[in-house]
Amino acid sequence: MSREARITLLVLVALVAGAAVAFGAPHVLSDYFVRIILLIALNAILVLALSLSNGFTGVFSLGHVGFIGAGAYISGILSIPVQQKMALLPHLPAFLHAFSLPFLPATLVAGLLTALLAVVVGYPLMRLSGYFVSVATMGFLIIVNVVLINASDFTRGARTFTGVPLETTLPWVMGWLAITLFVLARLVYSPFGRAMKAVRDDTIAASAVGIGVLRTRLIAFVTGAFFSGVGGSLYAHYLGSFSPNTFYFALTMSLITMLVLGGMGSLTGAVVGVVCVSLLSEVLRTVERGLTIGDFAVPALFGASQIVLGFIFILVMIFRPKGIMGDRELTFGLTQGSATVNQTEERKR
Amino acid sequence: MTQLDFILQQIVNAVSLGSLYALAAVGLSIVFGVLKLTNFAHGDVMMVGAFGVALLAGIGVPFPVAVICGIAAAAVTGFLIERIAYRPIRDAPDVARLLTSLAVTYIIENVGILVFTSSPRNFPLPDILNTSWEVSNGAITFTSINLLTIALTFVSLLLLGWFITRTTTGLGMRAAAEDMSAAQLVGLNVNRLIVVAFIVASAYAGLAGILWAAQAGVVQPQMGFTPLLKAFVAAIIGGFGSIAGALVGGYILGALEIFIVAFLPSAVSSYRDAIVFAVLIAFLLVRPGGLLQPNREIKL
Repeated sequence: MSREARITLLVLVALVAGAAVAFGAPHVLSDYFVRIILLIALNAILVLALSLSNGFTGVFSLGHVGFIGAGAYISGILSIPVQQKMALLPHLPAFLHAFSLPFLPATLVAGLLTALLAVVVGYPLMRLSGYFVSVATMGFLIIVNVVLINASDFTRGARTFTGVPLETTLPWVMGWLAITLFVLARLVYSPFGRAMKAVRDDTIAASAVGIGVLRTRLIAFVTGAFFSGVGGSLYAHYLGSFSPNTFYFALTMSLITMLVLGGMGSLTGAVVGVVCVSLLSEVLRTVERGLTIGDFAVPALFGASQIVLGFIFILVMIFRPKGIMGDRELTFGLTQGSATVNQTEERKR
Repeated sequence: MTQLDFILQQIVNAVSLGSLYALAAVGLSIVFGVLKLTNFAHGDVMMVGAFGVALLAGIGVPFPVAVICGIAAAAVTGFLIERIAYRPIRDAPDVARLLTSLAVTYIIENVGILVFTSSPRNFPLPDILNTSWEVSNGAITFTSINLLTIALTFVSLLLLGWFITRTTTGLGMRAAAEDMSAAQLVGLNVNRLIVVAFIVASAYAGLAGILWAAQAGVVQPQMGFTPLLKAFVAAIIGGFGSIAGALVGGYILGALEIFIVAFLPSAVSSYRDAIVFAVLIAFLLVRPGGLLQPNREIKL
């Protein structure tokens, strides 16, 4: 079997396992655990979308949450039921009042419009690199935030945007996660994926062998933005109501923590990072609320979980800057013997 | 109120706001100059300075003493940040250091929330600084704190100018900013210079934070965020890493913000921050070295 075929097989196995979880979990597990699995899968989509540019192409974007926010609002505006739209968003243009889209089409439109936005934004910004692009994309995030707060005809401004039908269920999120993983795996482990890594590792050498640096970066950026928009739509339909500050620096920070902790050059690493950070912050959040061990009562410490996460992040930066997985993929032995695995094994020694 | 008075009033506002931005941007530029590190935690060091003053003045310490202690607290915070977080990863790639400083921001902010809760507190400004002044029959007004901000900016920047051009340590800092390994080769203690740079930058952050809180009238743990972003834009407009650039950028940004609000229709001016950050992106694209360093190269 070729390497590409093995990866496809692996993704298919993951798909079946995911489907089993998606449809089995609600019958077996408590609502609390189902909610945690759903949030992990949702964050995995968002982090995977981020990994494409930040990890594989080396364009460290701090602005992807802007795309998530755009996706959430677009999907929300499209799918609020017609009879509520008049009351909630009275100043919408007439044609937007006339219809309301079901969940799937709204999500697709949100993803596509977000990708379009990424083309417009990415075309100038993908010329930058290193810390310049981080700063510029952060500027983009702030601009999105200001627009969301001020375009109150569409977004209700800084007030809570509400009325979005709660349609995000575990099978939906697992389905989209499978699609995201599949598309990204095909993209990353293909000739184009090698072009992306070449651009990341040495821009000049990459352009010397004829790889279009701008084109490669732009495709990665736009694909990532599409899945960010989709993830934003899922997020919107999970929360039901949100505000511009839902999609700002706090979310950026937590997604980046997940990505960096898991390993930026690895798809499964991204998922591992999401699982670790999500479980850890769930535990820390319990501690934060205060708990009693025997006679010893720990008072509520608000903000403590964020401090611990911050310290873990710094420790990872110091002692394991490539994250838990680095460039390796978690393959459960299925792709053993392939070139990449051997190389990383050697690098470890 | 005549047209001229209106314009003069806006200029007064712009100079006052610009001084604040310049003061905040200077510290960011000192650190970037020496370490090539974008120190996101700068805004939180400002917060530490402001909280120090609020707490000390709140328990009855005389205001000037509280200000000096606040600046000292900020300087100590900067020193600790450098020791604990930045020194171990000094040779790491740019992005790793950027992320570390984001994590530091996150930690300090949440420690602030843990200790002080996230609700805003009053900043205890003495009455003497709260008085307002009127010129031209009340057409132009400003407060003592506006004047003090402008004055302190000039005095402290003259002091900084003296420090980096006339003292051995200051010259050493400039040498390290120019070429770290060459500075090490000629026998300069680079570690010590970096520590000094952090302490000086954080002291400026403390001063800027105190003045910022004095103008806003409140302190809260998240207050460092907005000034950090503004200082950042100012530093990039002027030329990141250059102290004169931070000054120029601060005043340009102050003027830009005031004039957007004063002269553009309200439908546009509510997008002020979006316009400011669009200017930032434009600068990064067209003139990444800022106004004062037009020739700095940028790689695709």
